[in-house]
Amino acid sequence: MADAALFEFLHTEMVAELWAHDSDPSPGGQKMSLSVLEGMGFRVGQALGERLPREMLAFREELDVLKFLCKDLWVAVFQKQMDSLRTNHQGTYVLQDNSFPLLVRMASGQQYLEEAPKFLAFTCGLLRGALSTLGIKSLVTASVAALPACKFQVVIQKS
Amino acid sequence: MAVCVAVIAKENYPLYIRSVPTESELKFHYMVHTSLDVVDEKISAMGKALVDQRELYLGLLYPTEDYKVYGYVTNSKVKFVMVVDSSNTALRDNEIRSMFRKLHNSYTDVMCNPFYNPGDRIQSRAFDSMVTSMMVQVC
Repeated sequence: MADAALFEFLHTEMVAELWAHDSDPSPGGQKMSLSVLEGMGFRVGQALGERLPREMLAFREELDVLKFLCKDLWVAVFQKQMDSLRTNHQGTYVLQDNSFPLLVRMASGQQYLEEAPKFLAFTCGLLRGALSTLGIKSLVTASVAALPACKFQVVIQKS
Repeated sequence: MAVCVAVIAKENYPLYIRSVPTESELKFHYMVHTSLDVVDEKISAMGKALVDQRELYLGLLYPTEDYKVYGYVTNSKVKFVMVVDSSNTALRDNEIRSMFRKLHNSYTDVMCNPFYNPGDRIQSRAFDSMVTSMMVQVC
């Protein structure tokens, strides 16, 4: 139980630290901090993508990998499963979490909606990193309509 | 006891390759290179077969008169290839599997090391010493 709190606090501090030094409020400066967060998440995702599937059998197809993300990865990092996974069968997946642990402490409704994307950047990187280790190049974006529910959109890049 | 151990990345370039009698190094490198074809064949065969169980351990890839080559592929498509001496009292399957499991565990540790960039050659001394413990002792 305590482990979940440790990660949440660390994550909150990471976001706060990156924004404290960023005295440049223009969109350019903000983007830099968001990409730094996403980069951190990417490296962590790469390592997790190597470590978590260790005892599992080989994945047969893309959908298996996405299911792994929604179940095993989410449980390992956030102690709960993803609430829903939808796909258009053409390389786009939408992962929905109705009470995202990193947002649940902030608000439940429309308050702080503009601040929410900062707290999702790391997780987007995490998903992208895990996918990249498992052999899938992708682009992950997140959107929040009402805290604490959020949607992660994964678009597979066909190279 | 292994005679040569190699870790091959997803894009089929070596991340780590080490063989024990260092004078026939080139021969082992060549063997590992040719075994990659067999590995790819097994992976694609697994994909087509409607088998529910997909194992990571690939088993004996091909035997030559002196050596046997074993393969293992991880979920991230990183391949481990091990060459063992045939003259050795035949190593049981379980032992080979446990050697691959140790390799996989050490490789995972290397990946989690913040100083390691995925895709670089493996330079970790811990990984080196684990591999040394698996290789045959030549005086």
